Amino acid sequence: MKRVGVVALNTFREAVRDRVLYNLVFFALAMIAASILVGQVSIGIEEMVIVSLGLSAISVIGLLIAVFIGVALVSKEMDKRTLYALLAKPVRRWEFLLGKFGGLVLTLTVNTLAMAAGLFLALRLVKHSAEPLEGAVLVAVYFILLKLALVVALALLFSCFTTPLLSILYTAGLYIAGLFVTEMRNYQSETMSRALQSLLRWLSYLLPNFENFDVMAAAAHGHAIPGMLIAHNTAYAALYCAIVLAAAAAIFTRRNLK
Amino acid sequence: MARAAIEIENLSKEYPFGFLHLKKKTSLEGLTMSVEDGEVFGFLGPNGAGKSTTIKLLVGLIFPTAGTARILGKSISDISMHADIGYLPEQPYFYDYLTAAELLDYFARFHDLPAQERKVRVERMLKKVGLETAGKIQLRKYSKGMLQRVGLAQAILHDPKVVILDEPMSGLDPVGRREVRDIILELKQAGKTVLFSTHILSDAEMLCDRVGVIVGGKLRGVGAPDEIVGMKAQAMEVLFEYVGPAGGLEALLSKATQTGRRYHMQVAEVDLYATLQQLGGAGAKILLVTQVKSTLEEYFMHLVDADRAQAPAVEVSGK
Repeated sequence: MKRVGVVALNTFREAVRDRVLYNLVFFALAMIAASILVGQVSIGIEEMVIVSLGLSAISVIGLLIAVFIGVALVSKEMDKRTLYALLAKPVRRWEFLLGKFGGLVLTLTVNTLAMAAGLFLALRLVKHSAEPLEGAVLVAVYFILLKLALVVALALLFSCFTTPLLSILYTAGLYIAGLFVTEMRNYQSETMSRALQSLLRWLSYLLPNFENFDVMAAAAHGHAIPGMLIAHNTAYAALYCAIVLAAAAAIFTRRNLK
Repeated sequence: MARAAIEIENLSKEYPFGFLHLKKKTSLEGLTMSVEDGEVFGFLGPNGAGKSTTIKLLVGLIFPTAGTARILGKSISDISMHADIGYLPEQPYFYDYLTAAELLDYFARFHDLPAQERKVRVERMLKKVGLETAGKIQLRKYSKGMLQRVGLAQAILHDPKVVILDEPMSGLDPVGRREVRDIILELKQAGKTVLFSTHILSDAEMLCDRVGVIVGGKLRGVGAPDEIVGMKAQAMEVLFEYVGPAGGLEALLSKATQTGRRYHMQVAEVDLYATLQQLGGAGAKILLVTQVKSTLEEYFMHLVDADRAQAPAVEVSGK
């Protein structure tokens, strides 16, 4: 595991030096602008608007980083052949993969936490006492992180066997499909055969369920998030990531590096 | 008997190609050879001959279609073997956001070296490859030759028993090449086993205990540089002085090149004795008899030409 940590820290260092965290400046500016404007246009619901805007921005920025850097984690190393010298060291390929995953998740965690801090600051500016909201917002941020980890795992899996462009398409496609799993599961139609309905139901269980991670509305309204949902989502993300990473490792371990 | 440092047995590599990957391209075919402990072994061959394929198979970057290989008695699929090898990839490229010192420190961490030891070794290696003043510069600002030096430093940083270098002289100026040669000789003196691929034959002739020539994915010859060129039919050069009438020597003199009273000619080794007798009988003064030493380059080109005449360098067959 030590070697996984070494790769992860280097991946984090790469993200920092490649100025990935510069997006925080953009986020900070957006939050400052929003908190100034929102007080003037939305009387009484300022904190709701700020929370919705802030969480959406955290999610979108995180998703862009997770997908675009996620697919490049392995493919860039193969294209540039930086991987060659490394894999001749006593490091297993799955350790390298897990390290790359860990490094990007660490980057996303730092990025997301920094953005969350900005969001709380904006909340404090708009409404001087935002305590009731903070717990739910914190959980919503945590769920975004779980979602991003899952997206990184999927991007990593695809980049182990296909081109970066296709990896982006597959990851984005799965993410979008994963937002509609409840509809897929409950879809009933007179015209649809039972076989097709059954297939849809199976697919809905196989696809990553990204719907469960969306508690933005509850957070914006200050509703408490049930502890069971937190435990369920944590276990779900951990298990799904483990399966996807195991599949990625199985593919990558057999791959010839030309 | 001591075990060879590198043992390769019937190693083959095929790559699928075509839209459905149904065709196979053979990059390496039934390679069997060994590199002895403490030996400097040069792997020679033209571009695309299978040198890099063999090296990548040995360090686990690609996997064989058939055959096995062992390094220091351990299978190439055994990850613990990697602790004892150092590898320089062909035209190396490293994380350009790191400085050379950071990169070497990063690689050293995989060998479980403590922080203080890493620091000492990194400084020593940078000095050894002539980069002590450039160690704090990001690799994106490095020239190709400088990257090659960093590559060499990371290959020997952990003091491996077996060092595998893919085209170590490529991209280097004459000074850099000389330095790499010195490092290889130092490694040899330290008892390390070195396998390096090259198409610069003079380097191989100068450095190697043995060389292997690979052409078209097949090994065509292995041996000491002197020995391997000796495989080709040798000729003898005879220098003699003759002032008499052509007489019975007409046939011989017509084959010789004349400079004043001196003649020199090449004869086949088997004909040497008869030629000398004939010259001596006619009163010629034999000045020098020497073996015409074929160079490694001539031998190499001879193999390449023979391969081109026989078959295409890479066999392509549908499946």
